[in-house]
Amino acid sequence: MNKMLTREQPLRMLLAIFMTFLKIGPSTFGGGYAMIATIEKEVVERKKWMNADEMSDMVSVAGSAPGGVAVNSAAFVGYRMGGVLGAIAAVLGITLPTLAIVLLLSLTYSLFKDYAKVQAALKGIHAAVIALILVAAWKMAKASLFDALTIGIAAIALGILLFTNWSSIWLIIGAPIIGITVILIRHVNQLEVRTEPKSEVSQEAMLPEYYI
Amino acid sequence: MSSIQREATAMGWIGTGQFRDIGVLSSMAPGSIATNSATLIGYQQAGIAGAIVATVGMVLPSLILVILFAAFFVRLQDRLSVRSAFYGLRPVVTALILYAAIRFGFDEQLSSGEWLNGQTLGMVLIVGGGLFALLKYKWHPLMVLGLSAVAGIVIF
Repeated sequence: MNKMLTREQPLRMLLAIFMTFLKIGPSTFGGGYAMIATIEKEVVERKKWMNADEMSDMVSVAGSAPGGVAVNSAAFVGYRMGGVLGAIAAVLGITLPTLAIVLLLSLTYSLFKDYAKVQAALKGIHAAVIALILVAAWKMAKASLFDALTIGIAAIALGILLFTNWSSIWLIIGAPIIGITVILIRHVNQLEVRTEPKSEVSQEAMLPEYYI
Repeated sequence: MSSIQREATAMGWIGTGQFRDIGVLSSMAPGSIATNSATLIGYQQAGIAGAIVATVGMVLPSLILVILFAAFFVRLQDRLSVRSAFYGLRPVVTALILYAAIRFGFDEQLSSGEWLNGQTLGMVLIVGGGLFALLKYKWHPLMVLGLSAVAGIVIF
């Protein structure tokens, strides 16, 4: 009897994880970063699977791993709650509804794409998506650019991306090395060490309605 | 997104104009634009099965990496070394997002070098209006997308 219970418990957890992310999947339009706010509400406020601090660290991890932020966050939460199987359940849950909706949209689009008005409307949406991405950049900037070095790194990185053919992987490898080196030097010289913006700003900005 | 564009164009699966359409469609569906684009390209090449394969292919590496990250990061997150790594990393992520916006928005202008035309002006107008609505008035993204569609019909 006892054994049954312990075996049933993880299965129920997996199902809970799957259902939670299945619900989050279609509820947010505007892409990965838009989902972060919804995931936060569901996982931190309602289910209490994580606290706000863990959530903000998770967003950093999810944002720096390759792939969609929302999918990564789902995998992260799923793993914390139910191990590898939990991660798989969460990713399946968040991906399935989207897959269906994308296919439906694609079918609709192929029916109407030759109308000039439809083309014009799509151009408008195209521009709006740029605005959404810029908002995400703005929020990320507020959380990450707070001294000369971080602003410098961001500017140089943008220059490299725009004007060279380097793969972005070099930036993702290089930047933490620079960060560690600089903080280490400051630490050794007993200067003030700050790795995040001053208190509240970071909390507010790390859990925003990012939109990508 | 930029990587998908490069690969898919190199494989001869899509042209640049087509990629823009895919990006726009992807943005209208919920979920990450990159994953949705992969789904669409997969669908165009090999139907429903292609869509599923492309989505799995897109999601699987992230899944594995995040599990690894989660397994180690949780134990290490309060170390100064980890915090300082993120101190360096976050500005780069900011730059990556900015770059994505520029590439996605002005790819034609970047490759042709022609910036001064009605297209650019119309785009900048809608982008500016959208930013204003999102940041100042906290509009829902879906509302901004809808109104921009209307603005697109009026402008273009």
